[in-house]
Amino acid sequence: MSEKIDYPVQLIQPDGARVHGAGYAGEVTDIGPAELGGLYEDMVVLRRVDAEATALQRQGQLGIWAPSLGQEASQIGSARALAPDDYVFTSYREHGLAYCRGVPPAQWPPLWRGVALSNWDPAEYNLTNPAIVVGSQGLHATGYAMAAHMDGAEIAVMAYFGDGATSQGDLSEALGFAASWGAGVVFFCQNNHWAISEPVQLQSPFPLVARPRGFGIPGIAVDGNDVLAVLAVTRTAVRRAREGGGPTFIEAITYRMGPHTTSDDPTRYRTGAEIEHWRARDPIDRLRRLLLREGAMDEEFTRGVDTKAAAAAEALRAGALALPDPAPLTVFDHVYSDPHPLIDEEREQFSAYLDALEEAQP
Amino acid sequence: MTTMALGAALNAGLRRALERDPKVLLMGEDIGKLGGVFRVTDTLQKDFGAARVIDTPLAESGIIGTAFGMALRGYRPVCEIQFDGFVYPAFDQIVSQVARIHFRTGGRVRAPLTIRVPFGGGIGAVEHHSESPEAHFAHTPGLRVVTPSTPDDAFHMIMQAIATDDPVVFFEPKRRYWDKGEVDLDAPAALELHQARVAAPGTDVTLVAYGAMVATALSAAEIARQERHSIEVIDLRSLSPIDFDTVEASVRKTGRLVVAHEAPVFLGLGSEIAARITERCFYQLEAPVARVGGFATPYPPARLERYYLPDPDRILDAVDQTLAA
Repeated sequence: MSEKIDYPVQLIQPDGARVHGAGYAGEVTDIGPAELGGLYEDMVVLRRVDAEATALQRQGQLGIWAPSLGQEASQIGSARALAPDDYVFTSYREHGLAYCRGVPPAQWPPLWRGVALSNWDPAEYNLTNPAIVVGSQGLHATGYAMAAHMDGAEIAVMAYFGDGATSQGDLSEALGFAASWGAGVVFFCQNNHWAISEPVQLQSPFPLVARPRGFGIPGIAVDGNDVLAVLAVTRTAVRRAREGGGPTFIEAITYRMGPHTTSDDPTRYRTGAEIEHWRARDPIDRLRRLLLREGAMDEEFTRGVDTKAAAAAEALRAGALALPDPAPLTVFDHVYSDPHPLIDEEREQFSAYLDALEEAQP
Repeated sequence: MTTMALGAALNAGLRRALERDPKVLLMGEDIGKLGGVFRVTDTLQKDFGAARVIDTPLAESGIIGTAFGMALRGYRPVCEIQFDGFVYPAFDQIVSQVARIHFRTGGRVRAPLTIRVPFGGGIGAVEHHSESPEAHFAHTPGLRVVTPSTPDDAFHMIMQAIATDDPVVFFEPKRRYWDKGEVDLDAPAALELHQARVAAPGTDVTLVAYGAMVATALSAAEIARQERHSIEVIDLRSLSPIDFDTVEASVRKTGRLVVAHEAPVFLGLGSEIAARITERCFYQLEAPVARVGGFATPYPPARLERYYLPDPDRILDAVDQTLAA
């Protein structure tokens, strides 16, 4: 391949210097020190809540957790480009989307605690629950965008997925359908370099951002640890979707600093040197350096952020601990919308069995 | 009453569903100008527009996955899978997403898709065009699975399926598309979607069939009648849930049960029916439940399918064994 691949968009340099001027920087001229402070707060809160959830899993209060550690800029930057009426389909790692869409952290744990298969009402936040089958949600987003278009709604539909999902056939089908129909979908790929233990080079030896080109879909590579750049490119893609300009593919190049999930052991497949390399590129540190340059980071500000982060973490913890195990017979609820003789029969039989069991207890 | 072929009755039912509910959409490969490879959607795109009768790219998972997304926004997509053997690429979206979203979300989200699948053999087709994959779907919680065997049922059941808030896999007996029958276009449906129907009353043996096999079963019953054996033929219509009450009532009367389907006998619907009816009617059964169906082989080449597919003789052989027991 000799085709040219652009450098990823970057608006905050590693030393914290902000890039001004033409191009994507023009998308974020309204983002001043106060707004940057808001993005910083979002990222810190997300990291704190994510750490709390990981701790809750270690304490046996959650069955599993998929940490978002390291991906805060990709998630917060893109989420803050959205309006309430935009609709978001995610994978299982996008806790930043739940946060920015307004889902209280207390409502995040049910799925992870194993007391339910989903957490919130999607209609309340225009946000789906985590999709666990990798890549399945790209098609759903495309269909939703098509339906929104039929309704005359001028919205953008976000499809979040990771580098591993780009190998799934469903994602290629989604790109094909979206291109054919001109659907207003933003395919937001967080390339966090690892699909459990498989490096991104195994999914594709060529940059993922090149993949949509064959479908006629524009691709933008962005520094996924640069919240301002992510905000800028997502705003561009979202506007295109809302205006009927069709789909866009964004590759946000970031890094999964933690394990795939709390069940994973990344020391088996990646080196300490690699972790250190990316720790030096921490998205929160980058924004902190910019805020320091702008003189927008004083003690009062950081104390306020920390207080908010601690409260959000406590809300998640309290929410998790308050969840009782569901009653046994609820397993039969909502399999169907309408009454179903087989479900009714099995519920009745199992109920009688449980009653008999209880009577047999001394 | 109007005389029409089963395929034409489906077309009439789809047309009426499109007229009644602006949220109903048809999606599939070649369903627009061509009217589908079996012409079931003939003229519908012309009359309802390309925005409601949508030709899709050739990707079955894509059809179901995007239809699922449309359903999340309140639409009622009716997806055509061109042939039974092409439903497998869509299997994950059907069983992992469509079937489960209502359960997964505690009843907050519904996926009222109707997935139309022409199924079964007997048309001399190449491989992948004659399959009977209904057990895969009937085994999947969250789906309703139905199949009509007559034009009247085809007309009413497709409208009932579309109106159902649960996802419905709607198997169409493709070798009966051209068979004609009386359709009452003005009467309401005589039965609920999940109910079985006594297609021919009888007293000696109960014969359960569905889809294309119902006509075969009726032929077998007619032959048996000449030999003074009275077979009660039950058209199952719904494969999930199964109307065991209707089957049980018949077996309590006859004491004998034969189940016939094109799908392989091993772990086919006949296995479940045999088990359930044995549980319910153990003391009324005069003979073991007999099953007639496809072999434990892939669907064979067209020149062999007459051996693979149950015909009246093979059904009557099972009936005779049941009567001799």
